Amino acid sequence: MIDWVHFTPLASFGGGILIGLAAALFLLVNGRIAGISGILGGLLKPARHDVLWRVLFILGLAGSPFIYSLLGEPAQPVIEAGTGTLILAGLLVGIGTRYGSGCTSGHGICGISRLSPRSFVATASFILAGMVTVYLVKHITG
Amino acid sequence: MIIYLTALLAGLLFGLGLILSGMANPAKVLGFLDITGRWDPSLLLVMAGAIAVGLPVFTFARKKTASLIGEPLRLPTARNIDRRLVLGSVIFGIGWGLAGYCPGPALASLFLGFKPLVFVAAMIGGMVVYEVLTSLQAGSGK
Repeated sequence: MIDWVHFTPLASFGGGILIGLAAALFLLVNGRIAGISGILGGLLKPARHDVLWRVLFILGLAGSPFIYSLLGEPAQPVIEAGTGTLILAGLLVGIGTRYGSGCTSGHGICGISRLSPRSFVATASFILAGMVTVYLVKHITG
Repeated sequence: MIIYLTALLAGLLFGLGLILSGMANPAKVLGFLDITGRWDPSLLLVMAGAIAVGLPVFTFARKKTASLIGEPLRLPTARNIDRRLVLGSVIFGIGWGLAGYCPGPALASLFLGFKPLVFVAAMIGGMVVYEVLTSLQAGSGK
C-alpha cells in the first residue's frame, strides 16, 4: 500500500537531479566517483595529496543543511532509533560499505549510471537487506 | 587547485540534493524500506533523477582517460561479483534498515545534533574495524 501522504515525487526527483549533477561535476572535473563511503574511508589510510579533497567534500556535505536553510525551510529529520541502535547500525554501515566497496551513492547512483553489473547486485542486496530488516524490526518484533 | 573547489561544491550540491529529496531524513528512508507497511516510494524517484543525469555523463566519460582538467579518470575496474560484494552489501543494508542512515545523509547531518554524531562516530569505528581486519589478514600472508 503506497503512503500517498509522505510520497514526494517532485521534490525527490528534483533532489535526485541535484545529486546526479554533483556526481557529474565530481566525475567530469575531479575524475572520481562520488561514493561517500569510499571518500570517507580513504581518510583512514591517508596517502599524500589525497586528504584535503576528501575533507572538503565532507565539509561541503556537512555544511549543506546550513546553506539549504538560507534558501528554504528544510524538513526536520526524524530519528526514531535510540543511541544503542544508532551505534550498532553505524558499525554495520561502516564495515559493510567498506567490505562491499560502496554504498547508496557509489553503487546505487554512480554504479548503476555506469551500468556496472557489480553495482546492480550490490544495490539489490542492500535494498533487500534493508527491507527485510525493517520488516523484522517493525512488523515482527515491534 | 580547482579540484579542491569542485570537491567542496560537489559535496555541497550532493547534500542539498539529499535534503531536497527527503533522503536526509531517516524516517523517510525507513518509509521506503517498509515495503510491507505504508510504503513511501520516494527513494526510487531520487535514484531516477540522479541516474537520469548520471547515465549520459558516465557514458560520455567511459570513453575518456582524463577529466576535463586533465585529472586521471579513476573509474572502478573490479568486475567480479563475489561473496565479499554481496555479504558487505547485506551487512550495510541491515545497518541501513536499523537506523535509516546511509553514509551520505549521515555526514550531511553531522553538525545537526547528538544522534547523527553518534551514528557517524560508530560508522567511522566500523570502517576502522574493517581496516584493522584487512591489515591483519594481509599480515598473515593471505
